[in-house]
Amino acid sequence: MKITLDEVEHVARLARLEVSADEKQHLTEQMNRILLYMEKLNELDTTEVVPTSHAIDLHNAFREDLVEESLPRKESLENAPEANDAEFIVPKVI
Amino acid sequence: MELYELTIHELKSLLVRGEVTAEEVTSSLFERIRKLEPKVAAYISLSEEAAMEQARSWDQRGYQDTTAVIAGVPIAIKDVLCTKGIRTTCGSKILANFVPPFDATVARKIKEAGGILLGKTNMDEFAMGSSCENSAFGPTHNPWDLNHIPGGSSGGSAAAVATDESIAAIGSDTGGSIRQPAAHCGVVGLKPTYGRVSRYGLVAFASSLDQIGPIAKDVRDAALLLNVIAGYDHRDSTSVPTEVPDYQQSLVEGLEGITVGIPREYFIEGLDPDVERAVKDAVGVLEALGARAIEVSLPHTEYGVAAYYIIAPAEASSNLARYDGVKYGLRSRERKTLMEMYRKSRSEGFGAEVKRRIMLGTYALSAGYYDAYYKKASQVRTLIRDDFLQAFKQCQVLAAPVAPTAAFGLGEKVDDPLQMYLSDVFTLPASLAGIPGLSIPCGFTSQGLPIGLQILAPHFHEGLALQVGYNFEKNTEFHQKRPPL
Repeated sequence: MKITLDEVEHVARLARLEVSADEKQHLTEQMNRILLYMEKLNELDTTEVVPTSHAIDLHNAFREDLVEESLPRKESLENAPEANDAEFIVPKVI
Repeated sequence: MELYELTIHELKSLLVRGEVTAEEVTSSLFERIRKLEPKVAAYISLSEEAAMEQARSWDQRGYQDTTAVIAGVPIAIKDVLCTKGIRTTCGSKILANFVPPFDATVARKIKEAGGILLGKTNMDEFAMGSSCENSAFGPTHNPWDLNHIPGGSSGGSAAAVATDESIAAIGSDTGGSIRQPAAHCGVVGLKPTYGRVSRYGLVAFASSLDQIGPIAKDVRDAALLLNVIAGYDHRDSTSVPTEVPDYQQSLVEGLEGITVGIPREYFIEGLDPDVERAVKDAVGVLEALGARAIEVSLPHTEYGVAAYYIIAPAEASSNLARYDGVKYGLRSRERKTLMEMYRKSRSEGFGAEVKRRIMLGTYALSAGYYDAYYKKASQVRTLIRDDFLQAFKQCQVLAAPVAPTAAFGLGEKVDDPLQMYLSDVFTLPASLAGIPGLSIPCGFTSQGLPIGLQILAPHFHEGLALQVGYNFEKNTEFHQKRPPL
């Protein structure tokens, strides 16, 4: 077993997902099969290999810090599930 | 010939000569769409009114004096690209009502070049999938056999082009999502080099892999459309500030002096015999046209699936953290606390495959596992990239199958995610390496399903892949075949 039911529950919490008991069981089985397959990578000795995080030789992309036009507040709020004229509304945090 | 059957370049010359109007072509396409959508379901949203208005406005302006490259040409765009004022769902319930307040750079460039947006095409949710079955709006059907998948994730775009429900389309490719559906639907698809096309306004899946490209009826159209969308954009810091060549110049006849590498690792057990035969015959055609074919080795090919399915879900788990039910997207009715709102909204909004990938990615990045998974996969990615760099010392392009089989049946792999992942074995390595890949029709299986030839080229050498594809196409008729619908 690569991953247990409890670990799946923990990862779901980290990922801000809620999984039912059935889903948890199913996910645990599927993730185990997939993670077992990933073991394949350990056939390769990569101690000296530099990881690739970006496929192109492109380094820091700097640009002038210029003020550009931004979205009007009204348009920014238009897709919000809950908002007033000026703010996004969320459940009470503190 | 019907107007909806035209290619971009044919339509352009008819418009310039005044023999057709964009209005006629656009309305013929919407008639075609109305007739075929009940069977094919290539689109999520249509934009008929705006499209007809745009078409009339181009007809009024005329086509004689314009520098707009695709003036009056109807185009479909995958629903992963933000389009101002037009619903952009990404194939997900969580974005079912999202209307972007801005255009993606590619959508803006298409508009500025005179393209007419017909609608937004279907896709696997958040571009995660190889079959279009992960769309929250139901699957698209393969036009060659409605009981088969069209490929994914850009299955709607590929099917729309194959059925003449659009003149051409835009897709996105993270691990094969342009090349594989193009192959399965019998059309041309090009994944450009990572960094060639701006991703500003593309809903992010795996940021070190995502790239946008054209799906078209022939290679000339793909080249033309690539020129419309390619180029540096200060809004995407991963877009590369190098000059974009005129790809029409790459479409020269003859393949003398071109060495085509045939990677031995792409002809393995599990490769369908019909696919193998078609790809080998295709290499024979290239040789007859003057190319030299040699066998090459990409020794780490078999590790591509494992490396990709760690890296892509890891990046996805981070990118999809933004769907929290606050600024846009679905918010659950159950939301007494902030945490409850996050968890319920995400669980109600995301489909099974997206959740699975978020889980895998979160796990791979979580404390204690980072080195074993993400770092290891990124190191293997280096080996895969180096394989290609080595191979390109011996040859200019590589020719290989796009997928081990033609389109599989709807429902065949939905319950077995690992089998679904393994079907991407031939497209993932090029994605990990960031090199361009062209998929062109090269035959049919005994059941009549299309087969695709994949032509891979070194970084920023899309022109070479297009040249090889163009010559193949000029001497074969596979790309002219249309599904019997």
